[in-house]
Amino acid sequence: MSKLSSVVRDPIRWGAIVVGVLILGTIWIGISQVPASATSSGAIPSPREGFAAPNFTLETLDGEAVTLSDLRGKAVVINLWASWCPPCRAEMPALQAAYEADRDRGLEIVAVNMTYQDSEQDARRFVEDFGLAFTIPLDREGTVARQYFLRALPSTFFVGPEGVIEKVVIGGPMSEATIRSTVSEMLTELP
Amino acid sequence: MLPILQIGPVAIQMPGLILLAGVWVAVSLTDREAPRYSMKASTLSNMILIGLVVGILSSRVWYAIRFLDIYLDNPLSLFSLNPTTLAPLEGSLTGLAAAAYYGYRKGLPLWPTLDVLTPGLAALGLAVGFAHLASGDAFGAETSLPWAIELWGARRHPTQIYEVLTAGFIFWLIWEIRYKTPAPGFLFLTWVALSALSRLVIEAFRGDSIIVLDSLRSAQFSSLVVLTVALIGMHVLVRAHTQQSHETSG
Repeated sequence: MSKLSSVVRDPIRWGAIVVGVLILGTIWIGISQVPASATSSGAIPSPREGFAAPNFTLETLDGEAVTLSDLRGKAVVINLWASWCPPCRAEMPALQAAYEADRDRGLEIVAVNMTYQDSEQDARRFVEDFGLAFTIPLDREGTVARQYFLRALPSTFFVGPEGVIEKVVIGGPMSEATIRSTVSEMLTELP
Repeated sequence: MLPILQIGPVAIQMPGLILLAGVWVAVSLTDREAPRYSMKASTLSNMILIGLVVGILSSRVWYAIRFLDIYLDNPLSLFSLNPTTLAPLEGSLTGLAAAAYYGYRKGLPLWPTLDVLTPGLAALGLAVGFAHLASGDAFGAETSLPWAIELWGARRHPTQIYEVLTAGFIFWLIWEIRYKTPAPGFLFLTWVALSALSRLVIEAFRGDSIIVLDSLRSAQFSSLVVLTVALIGMHVLVRAHTQQSHETSG
């Protein structure tokens, strides 16, 4: 250490090391430069922040088809839930309140029921109990669960107008403020 | 990658758990090292605790201030356990300021205090690497190298593993030299310099870099600045300490 100490203390030798580090560092930064598009992951579909939300088409509880990519240009909240899941029950009123507050400003909520591990009848009763007004697609085959690497219920994906995931919340229940503050940021991106 | 550990109905967020374990190890190491620097372990533990508590609470408050109307409508949401509704930068700065104020009031000397905290900070750096490994954050750029891993829809550099390996090396080095440094503060600045160097190098393999000026990675710029300042700081500290030692002995 005494040798290191004498090197560090010497302004000439230590100064040369600092300059050397600066030069090598600058060269390294130059070597590792990439076009902005190379690190933008927005085009790759994957269920995480910064990536494109995996697309899906499902039948809704009302018997209509909904396709995620058709909702481009809106702020979309994808919520994966099941009727038997207590935190899902706890956060549904907050989702409904957020929907009522911001639907006119461009918010869409797509609450995908995990029908493959729930029942359509229970899902329908759940929706009626909570008076949910937003879209309720049914994931009968577990396709969306696989696409979104479902590990815990509820799971929520906030998707911006370009179709890129901006926030992921695994587990719940989310508060109304959590939902509305995130949606509020996404709504500012709308044209 | 193991972001969630599902035990029955309970979903445990592994990255958070790993970071919590990292904080516990950091505090334990600081407690252990404090007597060597003639400091009271309890004072340092209190300083860390104050920094953490103020940091976390203020992080939520700063976030709520950003969305004041929404939080005024739902004030109880301030107490939500959701970690995504935090303002980490503002919270960290507030927590640091609170810890620094506590340390100042308790008369803790700046550089020796930073030195005693350094092994814990290095351990925390290792925990951050493991947390990234669990969550899949700080992911690598696409590559066809044989050791690439399949992550987020592509074969990528395992940057989380690079991070764990370098953080492990930094921890080992800091641990080895912790009582052999030439001046107070040198250990801390060594850790800062090594961490900045590691980020400067690993950032080149990242797939989530923020790009500035069309093609340059912003984290590399800030790392090079921090590395340079730390190296200059090491020189200034050693010179000042040597001068002081000469004056004392003279």
